[in-house]
Amino acid sequence: MDANPNAATAVSSAAMADAMLPRRFHVARKRNETADTLTFDLAPADTSDGFSFAPGQFNMLYLFGLGEVPISISGDAEQTDRLVHTVRLVGSVTDGFADLKRGDTIGVRGPYGAGWPMDECNGGDVLVIAGGLGLAPLRPAMYHLFNHRDHYRRVSILYGARSPADIVYHDEIQRWRQQLDINVEVTVDHADLRWHGNVGVITPLVAKAEFDPANTTALVCGPGIMMRFVAATLERRGLASDRIYVSLERNMRCAIAHCGHCQLGPHFVCKDGPVLSHDRVRDILQIAQV
Amino acid sequence: MDGLGRIVAEHPFFAGLDLPFRELIAGCAKNVRFEAGDYIFREGADANAFYLLRDGRAALEISSGEGPMVTFQTLDPGQILGASWLVPPYKWDFDARAIDRVRAISLDAVCLRTKCEENHDLGWDLMKRFVPELSARMQAARLQLLDIYGRKS
Repeated sequence: MDANPNAATAVSSAAMADAMLPRRFHVARKRNETADTLTFDLAPADTSDGFSFAPGQFNMLYLFGLGEVPISISGDAEQTDRLVHTVRLVGSVTDGFADLKRGDTIGVRGPYGAGWPMDECNGGDVLVIAGGLGLAPLRPAMYHLFNHRDHYRRVSILYGARSPADIVYHDEIQRWRQQLDINVEVTVDHADLRWHGNVGVITPLVAKAEFDPANTTALVCGPGIMMRFVAATLERRGLASDRIYVSLERNMRCAIAHCGHCQLGPHFVCKDGPVLSHDRVRDILQIAQV
Repeated sequence: MDGLGRIVAEHPFFAGLDLPFRELIAGCAKNVRFEAGDYIFREGADANAFYLLRDGRAALEISSGEGPMVTFQTLDPGQILGASWLVPPYKWDFDARAIDRVRAISLDAVCLRTKCEENHDLGWDLMKRFVPELSARMQAARLQLLDIYGRKS
């Protein structure tokens, strides 16, 4: 595909060459989240430099010989010696992650994109609303909220998953639920009788969440249709559309707003996003086949 | 207002209900309690009541055919349980089971339907309360059918 002329001017050739060069990282730890989802801790292989990022940003992960995929960073931004990524095995490249072992090397480009507006959350209520693997891009934001808990008023985490077996970060969610100053609600779409938690879609949890609509920021990530319904529910509760932030998943290739693969209307999701306020993308999200 | 009328009036489902309607509805009401694990009603049985949940949670369950029973919705205190009493042939479409000890107000279906036939204002008020509830549950069912979270683990 031809380079996008609008974006090309923003990136010089030299800067682009650097931006396209991956750093080598070793797999330091690998663990199963669900039957098709894995979490990797990655440590720099080439230097002792840490890796700085903002909650909500993503990296391009390169499996040598297989290809490159955009994956959200899901670790704590204040722990710069390790990168954490959670990957669902859904295609030829991501399936390759299943074969990675401790000590194996992968390439990492990044971090890229605009993250969650943590500064804007200061002093107000914060709603973190995740569906499915959408919890992964939100986890760095949650660590930030935990690390700076006194900066915020009420904090609620609402998480919906397909079934109990599809809940990611299971043990961690249990620890979050034990914190007295954070409200954590989990629901699954269906369950067998061994599950004693909530069953049902996530929107009723949003409808009854406690927050001050005039002083709340909502961070939302999940399937597009889930984000649409969640945003509509929040707006019915009085939350302004520009205080609802969603993280979009698109086909990022270059990750530097050069190739145009991730273009969504006027936005390059890799650079303008992946986190965008809902008022900027509401109309686009309702168009089929974007 | 007697105790049952007060409890009915305080339930979120009946928020703002006019006093004469409260008295009519309270005339069909009784307190019920179910222990954890008890079935509140079973699929195929007569839908002879609906419930205002006061304490404890209830699970709606349906047979998945060859597999085990599947819970497709849980209900919390403040919510209502049961809509089949409104629609002929007045049979429950699924099981409802108490997850915890459940305390609820049971409203007799025949009594309520009769009062609604006699007093259409009461019936219209009830419809205005039930329809948003049914609409929300239908929307939730659609989202569940879409299986929006993707691949099965």
